[in-house]
Amino acid sequence: MNADLSLFGNIAVYAIMGVSVIAAIGVVTLRNLFHAALTLAMVLLGTAAVFISLQAEFLAMVQILIYVGAVMTLIIFAVMLTSRLTDESIPQQNKQGFPAFLVVSLLGAVLIFILLQAPWPIHAPGVHSPVSVTDLAKAMLGNYVFPFEVISVILIAALIGAVTIAKKDS
Amino acid sequence: MDALFVNLKHGILSMAGTFAPDWFVAFLSMLISISAIAVLGPLIMMYLTLIERKIVGRMQNRIGPNRVGKFGLLQPLADGVKMLTKEDIVPNTADRIAHFWAPILIVVPALLVFAVIPFGRGMTAVNLNIGILYFLAVSSTTTIAIFMASWGSRNKYSIIGGMRSVAQMVSYEIPMVLSAVPVILASESLSTGAIVDAQSGFQWFVFTPWGFAAFIIFFLCGVAECNRSPFDLPEAESEIVAGFHTEYSGMKFALFYMAEFMNSFTVSAMTVTLFLGGWDGPLLPSWVWFFFKTYCLIFIMIWFRGTLPRLRVDQLMGLAWKFFLPLTFINILVAGLWFFTGPVARVVSSCAILIASFMVLSYLNKGYTPEKRTYRFAE
Repeated sequence: MNADLSLFGNIAVYAIMGVSVIAAIGVVTLRNLFHAALTLAMVLLGTAAVFISLQAEFLAMVQILIYVGAVMTLIIFAVMLTSRLTDESIPQQNKQGFPAFLVVSLLGAVLIFILLQAPWPIHAPGVHSPVSVTDLAKAMLGNYVFPFEVISVILIAALIGAVTIAKKDS
Repeated sequence: MDALFVNLKHGILSMAGTFAPDWFVAFLSMLISISAIAVLGPLIMMYLTLIERKIVGRMQNRIGPNRVGKFGLLQPLADGVKMLTKEDIVPNTADRIAHFWAPILIVVPALLVFAVIPFGRGMTAVNLNIGILYFLAVSSTTTIAIFMASWGSRNKYSIIGGMRSVAQMVSYEIPMVLSAVPVILASESLSTGAIVDAQSGFQWFVFTPWGFAAFIIFFLCGVAECNRSPFDLPEAESEIVAGFHTEYSGMKFALFYMAEFMNSFTVSAMTVTLFLGGWDGPLLPSWVWFFFKTYCLIFIMIWFRGTLPRLRVDQLMGLAWKFFLPLTFINILVAGLWFFTGPVARVVSSCAILIASFMVLSYLNKGYTPEKRTYRFAE
């Protein structure tokens, strides 16, 4: 790609990242449930955009399809079914705020430690060419076929469980 | 003639290349593709409204719009002016942000999808190697905009319409994705261009048993996805005013309308790409074939609207979950069988399996019809 255009691309990626972070703060601070859900959708779309900038188009599209298309829809559906839909504001915090903060900061410390430890090869032989869909398919149905099948079985079990629980009332 | 538009773009680019720097030519190349799509989308939508009104008019034994211009050809422009000059009404209790952004956000995915549609030989704006996945992913984000519209309006009918719409879109997305799987298996690619290439020379996927079944399922799910009749429950005007766009007027309403019409075009175009060979066809230029096939499907959609009554909610959900979903699973297996059996055996076996499963599923889905009541004393 051309130098001028890639500079433009870099600026765009940083702008998207900034918007995603602001939206992520919005998810946990906005007092309106529906607005919080919408900002979550923004975060997920921003993540997909970052995936695209890293040439992981397949991952980006799956992110949009699963998270924005399906999971967000379920979340908003749940929000619309709540009785407090018309409330202007709902407190975002409760008494467990401080313990939660401790746990999260511990997790953050571990993550930062690991990130600092990892070597980040940029031009080294550790960087492969972009992973194509074919490579992904070969990995999923070849090397990693066992985890793949286990996940399928777990998902089926979850589905059947959900149906059983939902059916109990009738 | 075939490469008319491709040559036009190359001509402009080589002319610009004589005096402008390289990065400007690259930028111009993007700009041309983007503006072609940005113009094509609304243009198709405008004349789709006229075509629909004309055809539905004929089906209902009327003439349809014929006052503005010859054959009413300027009617879309008159409608556009009317929409722009109408007052923009925002309900007092509406959520300003959601109400304002919903009509804007609903047009974005509808336009973005145009990027991967192969309009003719070498006429895909962005030939992504994950074209189908892009189409499915981007069109699935429409639900959020519909939710914003229905929730932001603070109107009962809007919320009911939004709920119906999202339940419908989530249900029909699954059989739609699964019915595209055999095509991906057959063409060994997710790219829309490669799928059209795999069908070149009248090897259209619709001519195979699994392709035919998948074509019908995909098209019907597509009709349901863009909330068109007979699946137009979200905006059923006789039940819930206008569903999620009840509280919109003027240009905002026009944007919802625009997204809906562009969606029905892209769904038809995608069906043509996946099953009807895309731009493949003899004699005529490739893009003429593409638009001809697409408008045939759009005609069928309008025909549906002119003839079929609206489904009930339970029928709608039952169709997706109890009929299309099992049939698509069977269809994927049939497609697998097709590639591993002999030329005669595969036709016979896959036809037999599909017809048998169709019969079994229709038998299992047969609705409960109460016995005819006999009146002993009333007569």
